Amino acid sequence: MNEIVLKKMLSPEIKLYKIRSPLIAKKRKAGQFVVVRLDQKGERFPLTIADSDPREGTITLVVQEVGMTTKKMGLLKEGDVLWDVVGPLGKPTETEKFGTVVCIGGGVGNAVVYPIAKAMKAAGNRVISIIGARTKGLLILEEENRAVSDEIHVTTDDGSYGKHGFVTDELAGLLKDGLQVDLVVAIGPAIMMKAVCDLTKSHNIRTIVSLNSIMVDGTGMCGACRVEVGGKTRFACVDGPEFDGHQVDFDLLVARLRMYLPEEKRAMEAFEEEVGERLTKQAASDSSAGEDHG
Amino acid sequence: MAEKKKLSLKREPMPRQDPKLRAHNFSEVALGYSPEQAIKEAARCLTCKKPRCVPGCPVEVDIPGFIRWIQEGDFAKAVQTIKATNCLPAVCGRVCPQEDQCEKLCVLAKKGAPVAIGRLERFVADYEAQQGCCVQVPKEVPSTGKRVAVVGAGPSGLTVAGDLAKLGHSVTIFEALHEPGGVLVYGIPEFRLPKAIVQREVDFVKSLGAELKTSFVIGHLQTVDELMDGEYDAVYLGNGAGLPYFMNIPGENLNGVYSANEFLTRSNLMRAYKFPEYDTPIKVGRKVAVVGGGNVAMDSCRTALRLGSEEVLCVYRRSRVELPARQEEIENAEEEGVQFKLLNNPVRILGDDEGWVTGMECIRMELGEPDESGRRRPVPVKGSEFIMDVDQVIVAIGQGANPLVASTTPGLEINKWGYIVADSTTGATSRKGVYAGGDIVTGAATVILAMGAGRDAARAIDAYLREQKGC
Ligand SMILES: Cc1cc2nc3c(=O)[nH]c(=O)nc-3n(C[C@H](O)[C@H](O)[C@H](O)COP(=O)(O)OP(=O)(O)OC[C@H]3O[C@@H](n4cnc5c(N)ncnc54)[C@H](O)[C@@H]3O)c2cc1C
Ligand SMILES: Cc1cc2nc3c(=O)[nH]c(=O)nc-3n(C[C@H](O)[C@H](O)[C@H](O)COP(=O)(O)OP(=O)(O)OC[C@H]3O[C@@H](n4cnc5c(N)ncnc54)[C@H](O)[C@@H]3O)c2cc1C
Ligand code: SF4
Ligand code: FES
Repeated sequence: MNEIVLKKMLSPEIKLYKIRSPLIAKKRKAGQFVVVRLDQKGERFPLTIADSDPREGTITLVVQEVGMTTKKMGLLKEGDVLWDVVGPLGKPTETEKFGTVVCIGGGVGNAVVYPIAKAMKAAGNRVISIIGARTKGLLILEEENRAVSDEIHVTTDDGSYGKHGFVTDELAGLLKDGLQVDLVVAIGPAIMMKAVCDLTKSHNIRTIVSLNSIMVDGTGMCGACRVEVGGKTRFACVDGPEFDGHQVDFDLLVARLRMYLPEEKRAMEAFEEEVGERLTKQAASDSSAGEDHG
Repeated sequence: MAEKKKLSLKREPMPRQDPKLRAHNFSEVALGYSPEQAIKEAARCLTCKKPRCVPGCPVEVDIPGFIRWIQEGDFAKAVQTIKATNCLPAVCGRVCPQEDQCEKLCVLAKKGAPVAIGRLERFVADYEAQQGCCVQVPKEVPSTGKRVAVVGAGPSGLTVAGDLAKLGHSVTIFEALHEPGGVLVYGIPEFRLPKAIVQREVDFVKSLGAELKTSFVIGHLQTVDELMDGEYDAVYLGNGAGLPYFMNIPGENLNGVYSANEFLTRSNLMRAYKFPEYDTPIKVGRKVAVVGGGNVAMDSCRTALRLGSEEVLCVYRRSRVELPARQEEIENAEEEGVQFKLLNNPVRILGDDEGWVTGMECIRMELGEPDESGRRRPVPVKGSEFIMDVDQVIVAIGQGANPLVASTTPGLEINKWGYIVADSTTGATSRKGVYAGGDIVTGAATVILAMGAGRDAARAIDAYLREQKGC
């Protein structure tokens, strides 16, 4: 159990893992996540279940390496075992036939939005995807998202691929052209979700976002994941992670994500020192593997 | 033993780490009796014919019985006597509120010096562990072929699992967290209850044949119905009262505000006090306010001190006599330097532009007429608001029921607070074959009550299973 059966580089800082976890694979629904611990001294951290294969008993995780724990995960190899994987956690996405659903992903959010787009499509919706990244080499899961969408739009901030600009620009364009939208699902960095919500609010389009607050247990026991939605405190791990974006206090989310910055830095430094050599070597081979974006 | 014993009113003191030292380490505070001290303290017991202490014990340990063995120097027999009714003596000897239970009723209590029953219990339990000599190897019992699922590996679930395994049933414990023990591992700190002791008790339950599945959340990965439809003949719900309450005042989501559950979980379960050796970080405030006055608040205060906070204030809205924490722990906290800010109630938490705590506004309280609980109700003193200069706030005002299990179990009756309705002698719920006990039934209570509920339910579950065909 919890063995890495496949590891794949999607971009220099994003990797995909298939983990053997038959029970979770059978049970999970779109929008749910797992909490992972890498080793006995590791922290518990949440990752969305991007996909699952109940037949082969695996779940797919797509991880962006932003700090110590996600970088440590990046050093694991196929055959290695994650110490703990608990899930599926959180409320599943409400998937019903809404009509036209626009699914927007930014960065690693493209992995989080993918299972939702897939479920929305399966529920009979017309799915229009807008996926974006800073630059071409960082764009992930384009083919996967394309396969579950009726229409897909790709943007890069630097114009190296697809349309030049942000995902919000693309959405604004579609709305301006008169596209009738019944629901927007937006997943990515907090600022991106906030920008999408500002836009859809003015068009009065219901918008679902997935909040990536800091978590510990993921079962409603600690309150680390507190967010404010419609002026009320909610626990993202059990009341979410998906909420009505127009009600979310994004500034609070952003502030709370910064809570451990000095500690994260300290942990990263200690980690880099510890595995410095290994890490540099791996990084070198990683960047050669992802060189196509130049 | 015939001649009348001379009455001694001098309780043998518990050796403890020096407060100045211990306020900065996580090692156990109370060091435990030596055999000589134990014998000396045991000698004070009158081994009453009609002991008053025993009815005060929720699981009715044969108190004079075990103490008599200590008097005679046979510590192994003493442990066995306790273990006949209490399977967790090393834990209970440390955390039970004996001053409200057995010791409160001891005949010597009237004279102000009850026998130190808890300390003696702890002594013999630790003796057994050290010697490893008298661990009772359970008799091989024929398997009944019945399977029971236990939800939660806290004291209640562990007790049910142990008792049912001893009776020949096949038991699986499902625990949501990655470590078993419930509050004993995520809530109560190392300096009060070393984790190795909890591990020992868990190992014992496993040695009886119970299987443990950690990182397994019932309600998500499997529901109670799925357990009952699948391999299990009965289910015990011992999932505790783990939902942290907040005060619902402005500023509670600022950075630097923790629930006691989060603060203690980071420190205990995740070992954040060893950061960065362990990966989980924890914020160490310079001046910390802990809101509340129970055991959870004391544990939070004392943990904050040990993590290195300069000042720790315990903010409680009633007065000293109403503090619900154990007397011993209040004294320990005070000795270590925790300051008690009594008759104060937080009104809001203040923050800076970046979202960090910069202070807490409180209002002074005075005691009015007694309320339903019989305690005098605290009423705010008009216009007495003031700002407490703190940079961290830990909210320790209580816990409630996590709705996950109940909300995914149709037909399971709950009360208005979300606790599961269960028969007080059998633990039977509104669902056939589903039993419940511990904090999820009573609301946040004590280790020994959770354990007692587990024992009662184990008996009832055994009877239920034996009634079923094919047992
Ligand atoms: C429900 C949920 C689902 C998630 N799904 C995914 C996923 O599928 N793939 C993925 O790559 N990440 C996902 N995340 C985010 C992921 O958990 C964090 O990136 C990870 O915990 C960071 O740990 P670290 O030690 O590597 O970085 P840290 O050193 O802890 O943090 C480094 C930087 O990342 C930021 N950060 C810290 N925690 C988070 C967080 N929870 N979310 C966003 N930024 C954070 C910090 O502010 C800091 O700037 C999810 C988060 C939640 C709550
Ligand atoms: C900080 C603190 C200090 C305390 N100090 C004392 C003290 O000094 N003396 C005393 O007597 N009492 C004390 N108590 C109270 C005492 O610890 C509890 O009353 C007791 O632990 C209750 O036992 P339980 O088995 O009912 O629940 P818990 O100990 O809460 O165990 C429940 C277990 O179930 C698990 N669980 C929950 N939901 C699920 C699910 N859906 N699926 C699977 N598993 C699940 C939880 O993770 C947990 O491990 C203290 C409590 C706290 C929080
Ligand atoms: S502990 Fe107190 S009440 Fe109990 S038997 Fe001894 S003297 Fe009597
Ligand atoms: S992560 Fe602990 S309550 Fe949500």
